[in-house]
Amino acid sequence: MKILVCITHVPDTTSKIKFTDNNTKFDKNGVQFIIGPYDDYALARAVELKEQLGASLTVLNVGEAETEPTLRKALAIGADDAIRVNAFPKDSFFVANQIAKIAKDSSYDLILMGRESIDFNGGMVHGMVGELLGMPSVSPVMKLEIDGETVKMAREIEGGKEYIEGKLPLIAGCQEPIAEWKIPNMRGIMSARTKPLNVVEPSDDTVTTSVISYLLPPAKGAVKIIDKDNVEELVQLLKNEAKVI
Amino acid sequence: MSILVYIEHAEGSVKKSSLEAVSYAEQLAGKINEAEVIAVALGTISEEELAKAGAAGANKVLHVNDEKLTLGIIQAHADAVGQVFEKIGASTLVLAKSSLGDAVAARLAIKLNAGLVSNVVEIPDTTSGYKIKRSIYTGKAFAETEVMTDKKILAVKKNAVELKIDGTPATVETLSLELDPANFATKITGTDKATGEVLLPEADIVVSGGRGMKGPENWHLIEDLAKALGAATGCSKPVSDTGWRPHHEHVGQTGVKVAPSLYLAVGISGAIQHLAGVNSSKYIVVINKDPEAPFFKAADYGIVGDAFEILPKLTQAIKSLK
Ligand SMILES: Cc1cc2nc3c(=O)[nH]c(=O)nc-3n(C[C@H](O)[C@H](O)[C@H](O)COP(=O)(O)OP(=O)(O)OC[C@H]3O[C@@H](n4cnc5c(N)ncnc54)[C@H](O)[C@@H]3O)c2cc1C
Ligand SMILES: Nc1ncnc2c1ncn2[C@@H]1O[C@H](COP(=O)(O)O)[C@@H](O)[C@H]1O
Repeated sequence: MKILVCITHVPDTTSKIKFTDNNTKFDKNGVQFIIGPYDDYALARAVELKEQLGASLTVLNVGEAETEPTLRKALAIGADDAIRVNAFPKDSFFVANQIAKIAKDSSYDLILMGRESIDFNGGMVHGMVGELLGMPSVSPVMKLEIDGETVKMAREIEGGKEYIEGKLPLIAGCQEPIAEWKIPNMRGIMSARTKPLNVVEPSDDTVTTSVISYLLPPAKGAVKIIDKDNVEELVQLLKNEAKVI
Repeated sequence: MSILVYIEHAEGSVKKSSLEAVSYAEQLAGKINEAEVIAVALGTISEEELAKAGAAGANKVLHVNDEKLTLGIIQAHADAVGQVFEKIGASTLVLAKSSLGDAVAARLAIKLNAGLVSNVVEIPDTTSGYKIKRSIYTGKAFAETEVMTDKKILAVKKNAVELKIDGTPATVETLSLELDPANFATKITGTDKATGEVLLPEADIVVSGGRGMKGPENWHLIEDLAKALGAATGCSKPVSDTGWRPHHEHVGQTGVKVAPSLYLAVGISGAIQHLAGVNSSKYIVVINKDPEAPFFKAADYGIVGDAFEILPKLTQAIKSLK
């Protein structure tokens, strides 16, 4: 059994988002990069499945050289080898094409991704790869068990969940509580240094969208504090000033 | 040419978010001189209900009244919507962001060779090219995005446009499609869903509780206020992690992103990851006993004090208003 986990290299969730170059580039100054939190869930579940089923586990990122520490971290958490497609992830279509090409060449049985990347938040790459490969794609998946060829999943829907049964090969976009995030241990970190990290060039350059410029939301005004013994005032403000009740 | 809107339904009603998508399409049609807004609904649902899409701006509703499509099987829905898109020669597909909508849109982008933009927050600017504003970094920023393809798919975020229900009912036509059984191979074997509740991602008012609520036994205070307001209930991540509340109520970076007109946060500190899920709210009210709680910086209105004292009073004040 071969498992592929696709991971993003994204700003830490506490980062302040800023742009430079006349709002055309993300400002990396002072920003710490991490494995996308949803990708981290996918990876954690993949490591459990690898142990349970004796599977091989490859991690993949489409990104420039700066993403290698993030891939190394995934190796330290438990992946066997890593692939980096050497290109800036221009849009979700571009990324999906790269992933599909690699997946086609190596025929993985299970491809796990995050439900969405936290930079561009599309939640689209898994579905696109699914369609490109003619494989089912299920997202957001909060539980995933493998029994022979059968994959049993719980998918979150508005107001609850849905139970789904599919057959391998299959793609899932993961979220909690599929598994608990894993923190690399010392042995993992040491072994990650010598695990293979293969760099390949992009196979196709097509994009369907491109960002012209970035902008930040307007700053929030000051909060109006209401006395705790006067909740009626809050109700009046919500009714007459904000007009939301 | 026309704009196709994929509308979802649950418990016999068209989802409000889908009606918003119809209103969005109507405004878009006005702007790019498209002749028609056509909605498509899949599976079992009454025609009267579907006709309501007309009031939101659809000229016509196509109903693929096939029971097999009532459950949202991702591949089957993508196939059906793709067939309809091609059949009517549409130029653009509009849909509301949702757990099913996202999954269907992604597959359709490949099937139809269409440029896909998600988290759309405005009507596109078509003065030169096709530029559209979308929310990125979990609502912390926006990207003005150019779409290069002829066909387009727009996954619209809640509140991108105002929902207008002022038109006349649409005509509903039934349509049957050739459905490939292979697309039903991934089966839905069951659902586990709260019924009769206001759905969190669709709600106009959300009342959320955090660790400051001390335990699940106190949640009736949150629920009473929500009920008085006709609101949905939400919570912070530690609250769902410890099982005080179900996971689908977890709001934030790793949970549901809400965009209500009013978000009330009670006993939530306002960690940046929580704020990432609520920053699209129009108004935020924070109730917290700690005046230094970071949430106050993101709030419009705040009360500093003990939630256990304030909540019953607030619920009472709302009730006496109505
Ligand atoms: C990668 C990552 C992703 C995350 N994603 C999310 C996410 O999606 N959503 C999320 O919520 N969190 C998320 N978190 C966790 C987040 O960092 C915070 O830990 C969490 O939001 C805190 O929850 P809380 O405010 O309920 O609890 P606390 O931080 O413990 O705050 C409790 C608050 O209640 C107040 N309080 C206590 N008693 C009372 C009382 N009697 N009356 C009024 N107020 C009272 C306190 O003053 C305090 O401000 C994430 C963290 C990481 C690292
Ligand atoms: N540049 C990338 N490299 C590898 N995987 C990615 C990349 N971008 C997105 N993905 C995967 O696709 C998932 C959904 O991403 P998105 O559609 O961008 O929200 C992510 O959680 C990742 O698993």
